[in-house]
Amino acid sequence: MNTTALFINVLALVCLLIGFWKDEARARRALVVAAKSFVRILPTMLAIILIIGLMSGFVPEKTISEIVGEEAGLVGILTVAFLGAILHIPSLIAFPLAASLLEKGASVTSVAVFITTLTMIGFVTLPLEMRILGNKLALLRNALSFIVAIIIGLIMGVIL
Amino acid sequence: MRQGAMKNQRKAFLRDLLFLGVVALITAVLLLMFPEKKDPVFSASENFLVEMLLIMPAVMVLMGLFSVFVPDELIVRYLGGDSGVKSMLLAIFIGAFPTGPLYVAFPIAASLLKKGARVASVIAFLSAWACIKIPQELVELQFLGAGFMLARLTLTVVFVLAMGLLIERIVGRELRDVPGIPNPGKPEVSSGQKESKR
Repeated sequence: MNTTALFINVLALVCLLIGFWKDEARARRALVVAAKSFVRILPTMLAIILIIGLMSGFVPEKTISEIVGEEAGLVGILTVAFLGAILHIPSLIAFPLAASLLEKGASVTSVAVFITTLTMIGFVTLPLEMRILGNKLALLRNALSFIVAIIIGLIMGVIL
Repeated sequence: MRQGAMKNQRKAFLRDLLFLGVVALITAVLLLMFPEKKDPVFSASENFLVEMLLIMPAVMVLMGLFSVFVPDELIVRYLGGDSGVKSMLLAIFIGAFPTGPLYVAFPIAASLLKKGARVASVIAFLSAWACIKIPQELVELQFLGAGFMLARLTLTVVFVLAMGLLIERIVGRELRDVPGIPNPGKPEVSSGQKESKR
């Protein structure tokens, strides 16, 4: 177990103990919620793990770096930004996928852009957002998030 | 209403299971066709499986605790009607705690706007809810490393603030006449009923 995993587990344990100390019934409910969410995310998690495996075995690194690597340029960045905006993958599961892409030659920029559009923009939930927050605010937020995600990715590509 | 939500959740779960089935089938077929690829495929999958199993239960516990101990009213109480740059930072901080998908945050954002919270703060809150989740940052730290995580976090905070101010420039400082919840039968901010869907 590496340091980060250890840290996360210790943090969860400490928070859980504080929870039980403050309000046992609530802490129990939190555990039920946790168990449910874990079961809920499990199929997608396993599927993504298989996809990562397939990608490592079958897709040559050259292909990956051509599509999302340094040489893919602006078209590559726009493609991943768009993919992140329309895909509906739980962000927690997107990180291992991003890590494996990075290992295989994807650029920091495209990975950062992908994660940022994936989390900030919800194409699937846009109609709901427009209905609740009004068209103007919802459209502005999503459109600007798209641009911001690309800027964040580009800066990260420069500094990392 | 609630039963409908549960039915939807079950449907989504079945869809995910089906997706897993299809991926498993494709994997099986491909590996039967190319048996020599078995080792690289399984070793890559195994590495990620182990890493995820080491952290996922803990991340879920953290998310469960947040969803139970941080009710929606608390958020509205702290952010409604507040203004100033400090309130925008507070909005980001508060948005980073609760869990659940982004669409859970829309009604909260709507009621914040109705209470007169400034637009920039509400945008900051929504964006933080979307992409500065604490459990999420921890998973990012695990898989992408401290440099990547900290750089993206810092840049996101800066740009989310800028975006909030820009949107405020366009639509005005306050926006009390947002549509709000589409279903008038539902209470404006439901607490305790929220279950983490991720």
